[in-house]
Amino acid sequence: MEERTEIRLSGSGGQGLILAGIVLAEAAILDGKNAVQSQSYGPEARGGASRAEVVISDGDIDYPKVTRPKVLLALTEQAFNRFKDSVADDGIIILDSSIEKDDTPREIIQLPIIETAKNEIGKGMVANMVALGVIVELTKVVTKQAAEKAISNRVPKGTEDLNLKAFHAGCNLAEKRV
Amino acid sequence: MRKSLERYFRTDKLPHIWCPGCGNGIITGALVRAIDNLKLDQDKICVVSGIGCSSRATGYLNFNTLHTTHGRALAFATGIKMARPDLKVIVLTGDGDCAAIGGNHFIHACRRNIDITTIIFNNSIYGMTSGQYSPLTPVGAYATTAPYGNIDRNFDLCKLAEAAGATYVARGTVYHVPQLIKLIEKALLHKGFSVVETISTCPTYFGRKNKLGSAVKMMEMLRDNAVSVKAAEKMSKEELSGKIVIGEFTNVEAPEYTEEYMKIIKRAQGEE
Amino acid sequence: MSSSPRLMQGNEACVEGAIAAGMRFYAGYPITPSTEIAEIASEKLPKVGGKFVQMEDEIGSMGAVIGASLAGLKAMTATSGPGFSLKQENIGFACLAEVPCVIVNVQRGGPSTGQPTLPAQGDVMQARWGTHGDHPIIVLSPSYVGEVFDLTVRAFNLSEKYRVPCILLMDEVVGHLREKVQLPDPATLEIINRKKPDLSKISHYNPYEDYDGDGIPPMANFGEGIPFHVTGLIHDTTGFPSTKPEVTEALIGRLMRKIYNNIDDIIDFEKYFTDDAETVIVSFGSPARSAIRAVKILRNEGVKVGLLRLKTIWPFPRKAFRELPSTVRNIIVAEMNYGQLIEPVEAACAGKFNIFGLNKFNCELISPDEVIAKVREVNKNA
Repeated sequence: MEERTEIRLSGSGGQGLILAGIVLAEAAILDGKNAVQSQSYGPEARGGASRAEVVISDGDIDYPKVTRPKVLLALTEQAFNRFKDSVADDGIIILDSSIEKDDTPREIIQLPIIETAKNEIGKGMVANMVALGVIVELTKVVTKQAAEKAISNRVPKGTEDLNLKAFHAGCNLAEKRV
Repeated sequence: MRKSLERYFRTDKLPHIWCPGCGNGIITGALVRAIDNLKLDQDKICVVSGIGCSSRATGYLNFNTLHTTHGRALAFATGIKMARPDLKVIVLTGDGDCAAIGGNHFIHACRRNIDITTIIFNNSIYGMTSGQYSPLTPVGAYATTAPYGNIDRNFDLCKLAEAAGATYVARGTVYHVPQLIKLIEKALLHKGFSVVETISTCPTYFGRKNKLGSAVKMMEMLRDNAVSVKAAEKMSKEELSGKIVIGEFTNVEAPEYTEEYMKIIKRAQGEE
Repeated sequence: MSSSPRLMQGNEACVEGAIAAGMRFYAGYPITPSTEIAEIASEKLPKVGGKFVQMEDEIGSMGAVIGASLAGLKAMTATSGPGFSLKQENIGFACLAEVPCVIVNVQRGGPSTGQPTLPAQGDVMQARWGTHGDHPIIVLSPSYVGEVFDLTVRAFNLSEKYRVPCILLMDEVVGHLREKVQLPDPATLEIINRKKPDLSKISHYNPYEDYDGDGIPPMANFGEGIPFHVTGLIHDTTGFPSTKPEVTEALIGRLMRKIYNNIDDIIDFEKYFTDDAETVIVSFGSPARSAIRAVKILRNEGVKVGLLRLKTIWPFPRKAFRELPSTVRNIIVAEMNYGQLIEPVEAACAGKFNIFGLNKFNCELISPDEVIAKVREVNKNA
């Protein structure tokens, strides 16, 4: 049976998680892999719970949803509490530093994702790209080159540099930790 | 009927289903005369109707004709006009068809100012279903569903059309035929959404329910109660009570929808 | 040349397929989870000279689609549950007046406002019988984003070929899913356009005359030099209303025959591992993906299970069930509703197999684990 990597990006509406998911899936395709991206959202355009899910595989992706993610990104406490138990046994949880860690048997990697976006890049809204950089650096689930190309393809025109800068800041955050 | 007008009718489909004394034939005749006077290309005309007595007119008219669902003629017509802006699209509709079930389509067609001419056959009642009150039935009138008198306040359809954005709005009656033909001609020539409300007679249902007498009597009432737009300006609200104001209310220019859409196409294709 | 692989959303693939099939008119009204179809159509249609209009309501959009089709443009609208209900009267008009058009229903949870952002397959029966009266209709259901493209093209082709409204019954999962797709070279696509009257052979065009004996009258467009009448009333071959029983029977009979005489051209299904199967899962739309996964896992364990994936839902592909091998004992119908597709399955099987429903109506996609558990349960008990 083909290997599949499931990734869940969770937080609140307006944090750009769906865009991050799209970029991740597109990067996987640029790497020559198969990928699907799906999402779950409430009626709120801003605030409220939001999550994006990505499945990456070398083979066919039949069932498109995420059930046992190898990677969980949680940018809010609510998202962390809701999804921490779904993570695969060998999976990791990437948690924003603003959230209080809780007891869970899974490996938790806590990094100042939102703070980096705000202070280092100067725009809180690019926390999604910082998070993406962290994921790519930690998991190598897609290549950096593919991620960079996918970011340029998918972010609003004129914001490519800002988003790439945020992505690289995320890579650095993770690298320092490793 | 003049022999020269016969080409506008599917004469094999006549006689029509309308009752003796019904005004619908007069409105249909006025439309055909207006088309003939303007020498419009018969094949470039598409007549669309909804459901009701008035809407049966499309079956008798020798153009591209479409008899749609109840209230939806303007929606179908919008699709036709957008697909083929070169066609002259005319909607024939009744007071129930246009103002009740089709009310939403009516105000939005007015708002878009799409180049469609809408002629409302207003006989103040649902005739096809045998005499229920419509949004244009006057307060106090009787209908099979208003056995104790109608308490629903009626629309002034011309004011509604004007407020919703129609750029040509007029009212005529089936008594004042030469004027009606002129109003329809102007509506057909107008670029944008044009409305001609025509007060018609339904002796079979509205007349009988309200004891108005014969069809001739109802015609006389139209004659006696009609007031021109000019004359109405000088009359008080009390004096205007029960009167029918006829003539042209609105005739203004505004961007037409299908022309605006052609600009969208140019913009999307990077030509603008 | 086919395009390079790209990540595309199901709703986007629908618009791509529609434009490739020749769609040049779209009328719609915003409704979750189909709204992206309208948004993308508004952007892409004018680029190819097509027209988009956001109508005042769902009813109006269906009306405008029929009007545009009668005036010669291939036309589509998209909606979801509540909007699909509102369109039904005019869908019936298109059935009776034989106006080609495509209606997309990206199914969400219902009834009523239900679960607007979540998937379900509760409109199987509405798609077939949503409008009133005896009528034929074609309903297709895609499972993959790439297949959304293919089946949208096919929906236009069938609609144009048979002069019948064609419904693309999607669900929220496949509508919103982004997936790797490789669009075919437009030049390789088979595109079918409505049959036009041959005026060199016809002295007087009757818009509903079965000139070719195939049950499908050639269709003129408004404004092409032959004035004709179209009505939602029962009509004779000239297009004009008639109350005669023989006219009524002839029209309804022909409407049905033109579809059922061509059922092999219309139905479409895929068989996976059914050749020696003892248990066959029947599914469509996104749950079929879970079923495929389950079949792969179970086959690895030696369980003789297969899948029948229906791409045409209506007319119901009875043939698929006639073709099942004699090894089959059990059928499991997996669908995201309380049990709708199972009814025509039962009718088609006529007591030949044990039939079980795997029904999920919490607006979550059926998972492969749930399919596996059901297969095990059925195999143990049956």
